[in-house]
Amino acid sequence: MTSKDDLQMLREMVKEFTDAEIRPLAAKIDENEEIPKELINKLAEVGLLGTAFPEEYGGGGFGEYGFCLAQEEVTKACGSTATFIGAHQSIGTNAIYLGGDENLKQKYLPDLTAGKKIAAFALTEPEAGSDAFNLKTTAKFDGNKWILNGQKIWITNGAIADVFSVFARTEKGITGFVVEKDFPGLSVGANEKKLGIKGSATNTITFDNVEIPKENIMGTEGRGFVIAMKTLDAGRIGIGAASLGASKEMLRLSVIFANERKQFEQSISKFQAIQFMIAEMTTKIYAMESMLYKVAQKYDEHKDVMQEAAIVKLYCSEAVSEVADIALQIHGGMGFSRELPIERFYRDARILRIFEGTSEIQKLVISRKTIKNNGEWKI
Amino acid sequence: MKIAVCVSHVPDTATKIKIAENGKTIDSNDVTYVINPYDEFAVEEALKTKEKVGGEVVVISLGGEANKESIRKALAMGADSGVLLKDEDERDSSSLAFALADEIKAQGAELVFFGKQAVDFDNSVTGQITAELLGFNCVSVAVAFNIEGDKVIAEREIEGGKEVIETKIPAVITAQKGLNEPRYASLKGIMAAKRKIIEEKNAISSPNKTEVVQMKKPHGKQAGKILGSDASAVPELVRLLKEEAKVI
Repeated sequence: MTSKDDLQMLREMVKEFTDAEIRPLAAKIDENEEIPKELINKLAEVGLLGTAFPEEYGGGGFGEYGFCLAQEEVTKACGSTATFIGAHQSIGTNAIYLGGDENLKQKYLPDLTAGKKIAAFALTEPEAGSDAFNLKTTAKFDGNKWILNGQKIWITNGAIADVFSVFARTEKGITGFVVEKDFPGLSVGANEKKLGIKGSATNTITFDNVEIPKENIMGTEGRGFVIAMKTLDAGRIGIGAASLGASKEMLRLSVIFANERKQFEQSISKFQAIQFMIAEMTTKIYAMESMLYKVAQKYDEHKDVMQEAAIVKLYCSEAVSEVADIALQIHGGMGFSRELPIERFYRDARILRIFEGTSEIQKLVISRKTIKNNGEWKI
Repeated sequence: MKIAVCVSHVPDTATKIKIAENGKTIDSNDVTYVINPYDEFAVEEALKTKEKVGGEVVVISLGGEANKESIRKALAMGADSGVLLKDEDERDSSSLAFALADEIKAQGAELVFFGKQAVDFDNSVTGQITAELLGFNCVSVAVAFNIEGDKVIAEREIEGGKEVIETKIPAVITAQKGLNEPRYASLKGIMAAKRKIIEEKNAISSPNKTEVVQMKKPHGKQAGKILGSDASAVPELVRLLKEEAKVI
């Protein structure tokens, strides 16, 4: 376990890096719908593409807790960059870490944690979104290798990934595979045009008789759905961190604005209407932070956090949407204008209630366990 | 070559300073302390020099337990080891230099980097006094630095220009902004810093030669004067800029 001092140093380092390297580019990243390669290289260089993973695989060794701290700081500046990092680390690479055998981990993790290669997580399909179990992509074993056919949609980092964690139907159920972008038969569709997190690439990935070496299976055949769901636990906690970072930044900007903006000959922060809004934001942020780090710590202690990760995802993503709405309201016309970052945060926040499981799916996950426990409190 | 870097642990420049009740020190409650910004240039130059000529970098800081934060930051950037010279009392530059010189000598360092000043007291002399006490050559306010064998070439800022100084090690260099771009403490660096040793010693005592008798905050900004809103105000504006503000 990392000490409080190390985590504090990590937060300060990421803040320093974010202020100098990410914040100045954030508006351009949104406008150009692209994260500059130089920024990705710099993130790799300081270690921010392997934060959570153990040092033996080239990672930072900071666990999910440290990953969340870092994501929080990055999201204060740029939701697109945080999405890129999250998809690469928290789900793309993490699926290999959680599901792969030692050989597979040795083969891929060092390059991924060092950011020499970029990862993506490919589960969703045209007919398998919330109903992930209904996936149609198939992998058939021909005695020596696997042959993959099918299509994945909404794949974050699709256009820039070197390595995909792909889930496909095999004879014994759903199975995970590591697929490299250069394997013949893999093609990447155009970047989707989105409302927010525009800098992060989202693509359709098509597999046409893609041959996968047999050693690229994640764990054993039929284990894929469990691996995917375990991976999403981390992904959902990460969404909590992104929601928290964005909320803290919007609160900071809103208070500065409310102190400066004068109406009726006084700062609008003197009005109870604005004070109540700031109180709402502050309280939500406090709740987000409290639950997020509690669950991140449990994740690092290898406890089962499926229900709690869903709670974090549901609460934090809903809360950041409300915070964004309040922040925009406090800023008034300036919040609606592209001159300030509020409108970008407002747009970027909306996806958080959708990807890695919609709010409605989180509610299913949460209620399922509570009902199973006959309403007994077992968290 | 053994390279030493002396770092100071100072209030973050964004801090709103309050004066303590005794009127002689600042109120350190609610103050965030950071590594002195000029010392980051010093650390970076020490690391670059080590990468070029080999050797090791030791970070030295004088102060309380909290100074370890700044030492750890330098270790996370890549320095090899740290020394905390423990002393909670206020020291003036001379007394501080005395203790630092003693440690630098004990370390056998031949090249020493300082920030050109610490942003708390802004005295800008600790590096130079330390050099004098050690009998080392000294180049202050360096914006460029190069070492070839035992020859040191440094550029320093002077009023209206730069001068190039050539000297030899052992030497003390004080770093000015522009000398380099300090690297970030990487995640690996932060983890590696945990395994590096910070040695704690009592700083040798030396009497202060100066004493802070009082601290005062600067006068608040005075209200501006509006002379008019059209061209007719210009002659009066020019007169006041010349005679009152004496800026033109």
